[in-house]
Amino acid sequence: MGRLIKITDEPISIDEGVQHVESHLNGGLVTFTGSTRSSTRSKSVKYLFYEAYVPMARSEMAKIADSVAETFGVQDIAMIHRIGKVPIGETSVLVAAAAPHRAEAFKACRYAIDTLKDTVPIWKKEFFEDGEVWVGETPAGKPKHA
Amino acid sequence: MASPIHSTNNQAESVVVQLFAKAAELTGTRQMTLHLSDEETVGTLFRRIAIKHPELGELKASLRFAVNHEFCDDTRRLNAGDEIAVIPPVSGG
Repeated sequence: MGRLIKITDEPISIDEGVQHVESHLNGGLVTFTGSTRSSTRSKSVKYLFYEAYVPMARSEMAKIADSVAETFGVQDIAMIHRIGKVPIGETSVLVAAAAPHRAEAFKACRYAIDTLKDTVPIWKKEFFEDGEVWVGETPAGKPKHA
Repeated sequence: MASPIHSTNNQAESVVVQLFAKAAELTGTRQMTLHLSDEETVGTLFRRIAIKHPELGELKASLRFAVNHEFCDDTRRLNAGDEIAVIPPVSGG
């Protein structure tokens, strides 16, 4: 119950996020996981690296949890982001939201991941056979989905 | 005119600037400590950094700034001890 906000350089446990928001008061639980893709813009990706401005990332994630509580009445939300080197096919981000009914859980989960990608200071670098590139065209802090 | 950048250990009159991701890579620097000039804002401080690090030019239009972990615009006034972050476009998820 309650919120879980975590930035970790360990593999993400989906169970940890789900178990945190489960409760006998919550009839609906929605989980989003994002994972690292092997291909982008038709180039083959070897692995990804994530960097975070950790204290600010945590406070921006807390703001998202505040908004979710205020807007959708959803108190039970887990947000976990992995940083450091992440091999292809592994989970880089998890959002789990639980509520008495599914509609709020879906809305909360969608809002949280969309906003996280727009406002939380975390950066992703793709490593290819022949080079590397920082991803990101959207200026931070200007939510497209708010 | 822009005043020169001084490295300093005098916390009483200085601020710490942190750079991330591409901004850190382009400048080869993750952190700098700078003296505050009179009436310093995020904008005036960043102009001094950009003069010293012209390699930031390609990123300039897309950069955002934070002071003490809060996004702000470049008119934000700075106080001694503030932590300023230079934030390239984010790409978490």
